[in-house]
Amino acid sequence: MKKLISFIMLMQIVVIKAIAQSSRGEVAMADVMRSNGKIYVVIAVLLTIFAALICFIIMQELRLKRIEKKLNEHIKNQNKQQ
Amino acid sequence: MENKNWIVTWWWKILTVALLLFTIVMGMMAEVPHLYILNETIRNLYFHVPMWFGMTILLFVAMIYSVKFLRSGNPEHDIKSAAFTNAGILFGICGILTGMIWAQFTWGVFWNNDPKENAAAVGLLLYFSYFVLRNSIDDLEKQARVSSVANIIFYFIFIPIIFIVPRLTDSLHPGNGGNPGFNTYDLDSNMRMIFYPAVIGWTLLGTWIANIIARTEIVYRQFQFAVNNHSTNNSAKQIDSKIK
Repeated sequence: MKKLISFIMLMQIVVIKAIAQSSRGEVAMADVMRSNGKIYVVIAVLLTIFAALICFIIMQELRLKRIEKKLNEHIKNQNKQQ
Repeated sequence: MENKNWIVTWWWKILTVALLLFTIVMGMMAEVPHLYILNETIRNLYFHVPMWFGMTILLFVAMIYSVKFLRSGNPEHDIKSAAFTNAGILFGICGILTGMIWAQFTWGVFWNNDPKENAAAVGLLLYFSYFVLRNSIDDLEKQARVSSVANIIFYFIFIPIIFIVPRLTDSLHPGNGGNPGFNTYDLDSNMRMIFYPAVIGWTLLGTWIANIIARTEIVYRQFQFAVNNHSTNNSAKQIDSKIK
């Protein structure tokens, strides 16, 4: 009887330990989000914002190039006049 | 200039966009180590950390341009130095804000007086004082010389306080105090393959921004010069006509 009780208790400890380990072994990650594909939504949003910013910076670049060209022409003309 | 191998002037801008697209897509999709507390926020490694790497590189370039200016006296070098400092500080502000958000959800508070956080804040304030100093001098030549010297000094103060001082005490940041570097959570070297392109991509973006700032400033100065010339010519003509 004593042996049986101690055996059951030992088994209990083993099982509890195993359960504890299995629940602790998983780290909460957004795996579900990736597996059902919804992460693409986040990527799409990020890419949209990024594309907008890059478009803005390229437009700024072209605008600046136009101004540089005009100014250089103006300076050239002025130098010719003098 | 036009159509003369646009790829020559645009290749690094295309590279910037390509690297950042890679960073955003792979930064979200790629497999990362499963770690406690960090969870998915480990992906911030591709966005928060490159801000500081980029800032350090941009400020280094600014410092080199300051040295070049002091050697050559070419105002273009001074303008570029200021522009790179500007872009670097922009990255620094982004870095400190993203760091605060990350800290709130992993370390518990937005600001926990971590030595590295404090050092970064001091470094940013230092560079704010650089802009105050620079913009408080009207004489362009004096402004360029004083701010170049300040830039060199500030860089050599900034680097020790951000990289050396936090290592001497306990810090929550990896790679400082008793903490291991990010080599430990970089185990699979999968992250490395995205992290390094991310650093290069963000730094190139900073370079692009600095480039636009510098060219705007150069155009502004040329414009001012042209206007001044024009007005002096006009006034000279007016004086001439009055005399006659």
